[in-house]
Amino acid sequence: MTIEDVRKVILNILADIAPDEDISSIDDNTKLRDQIDLDSMDFLDIVMELRKRFNIEVPEKDYEHLATMAGCVSYLTPLLKDRQLAS
Amino acid sequence: MSKQPKDWLKGVLSAYDTVVIGSGLAGMTSANLLAKMGHKVLLAEHHYNMGGMATWFKRKGGHIMDISLHGFPCGMIKTLRKYWSQDISERVIQLKNVRFDNPQFSLNTSFDKIDFTHILRERFGIMKEVIDEFFMTARNMNFYDEMVMTTRDLFEKFFPGRTDVWRFLMEPITYANGSTLDDPALTYGIVFSNFMDKGVFTYQGGTDHLITEMKKELLRNGVDIRTHCMVEKIYVEDKTVQGVRINGQDIACKSVLSNSNLLTTIEQLTGEEHFEPEFIEEVKKVRLNNSSCQVYMGIKKGETVPHVGDLLFSSVADEYCTDKILSKDVTSRTFSFYYPEIRPGTNRYSIVSSTNARYQDWAKLSESQYKKDKHDLEQNTLDALEKYVPGIRKKVDHVEASTPKTFKRYTLHPSGTSFGTKFEGLKISRDLPNQINGLFHAGSVGIIMSGWLGAANYGVIVANETDKFLRQLRPSLVTASA
Repeated sequence: MTIEDVRKVILNILADIAPDEDISSIDDNTKLRDQIDLDSMDFLDIVMELRKRFNIEVPEKDYEHLATMAGCVSYLTPLLKDRQLAS
Repeated sequence: MSKQPKDWLKGVLSAYDTVVIGSGLAGMTSANLLAKMGHKVLLAEHHYNMGGMATWFKRKGGHIMDISLHGFPCGMIKTLRKYWSQDISERVIQLKNVRFDNPQFSLNTSFDKIDFTHILRERFGIMKEVIDEFFMTARNMNFYDEMVMTTRDLFEKFFPGRTDVWRFLMEPITYANGSTLDDPALTYGIVFSNFMDKGVFTYQGGTDHLITEMKKELLRNGVDIRTHCMVEKIYVEDKTVQGVRINGQDIACKSVLSNSNLLTTIEQLTGEEHFEPEFIEEVKKVRLNNSSCQVYMGIKKGETVPHVGDLLFSSVADEYCTDKILSKDVTSRTFSFYYPEIRPGTNRYSIVSSTNARYQDWAKLSESQYKKDKHDLEQNTLDALEKYVPGIRKKVDHVEASTPKTFKRYTLHPSGTSFGTKFEGLKISRDLPNQINGLFHAGSVGIIMSGWLGAANYGVIVANETDKFLRQLRPSLVTASA
């Protein structure tokens, strides 16, 4: 997966978790929480989805990396680089 | 071997990934999630109905009584949508008329931050800056915080000596989660803030509709649901879960997620000998929360009840006082009014009165005294209700009471606790899998994980841990494509 693919994956997950939010205009460097209505349960959902879809385990101490889109992408790209983006 | 009239385990598999013990909202939510994640799940419920405390019963004359559908925070909408279904979540509606009536004040509120701010200013004369800071302090509490401050300290800091304000802020939360002024302030702050976010909500269709829909969803996702099935034992070897015994039959499983009471799970189902002695020492310190009494009043077909409020916190006690609230000599009651809007099309009304109560006060009574006291509870409740619904005795054609003993019978919770354990239970609950591989617990612990929203969300948190555990055993499992 490329950096762009990884970003798409995260947007996909966010769209499932927060269907009422406009995720098309997310700024990569601002906290996700400050742009869309996400609580701690939603972040847990992101972690569960990553495990479910890709068998990626994000340990609790790394949750902070998921705070922004840029953080998500740089944390997850090395873990997903050998995977294909399913259509 | 004794012969059973019906084999409730007929067709059961010889092994499961997870056996969920108990179908309270935490148990059902975790079972649903684990099944969706691709695990083989058995959900065992000892009762014939599912739902645990989220339950209901029917009586002659077309009455349906809800036990705990008093109202939950708006966060429940999101929880129902994400972990159940869009359809279920769309049935959540707001209860807009919450009423207080006591010797200190009588008022109506939509029970949200805007209205509370207004009332605290206009009615109680509190300065805006103080109110704002109080809300901010409550909002910023989270369960990693130090627990030195009690709710009493919190109130004393912001509203010194103002017992009327304390009552306004505290009484509803005491009914919501059993907490008192002497519990850690954060157990108050988190629940209070959840409600203040947008107000109080309920489920249109009633508890029976909700649980029926949830059952359908569980079956759709492949959960093997078994009612009338009592889990008697959790088998552990080498600090690892091996299986369970249900109705005398052994079933293998890789993990157990217990929605049974925390202490029952450790002491009775598993057995203390399987845990570290230091851990058991901590378990012994866990206090059970209190229980409840309820009076269910069914209104005759064709009769109506004027709109006097959705939730009514009534009290004749001079001030808010935990001891008085728990006392068998009842001075405070919460009335939940169920109007036809709750079950559209039925055109029926029911009223449920709830009071917090101590198990001991009821368990120690002789059979005849117990019956008499139950009858008195019903009659005193009708007397108290007369003030709000004149002529109530003429409108009602079914009255029935439940006590902590009733709660114990149906939930099997020790001392009939209706709010699980006190705060120290949360740490024990979270630590279980560190003691025994594959053993998890979700259920009312520590107040903040109580109530409909708390229980369901705690079910999700623990399902996440269970999924993590199961995937370590089976690394190849991938359930959905992106």
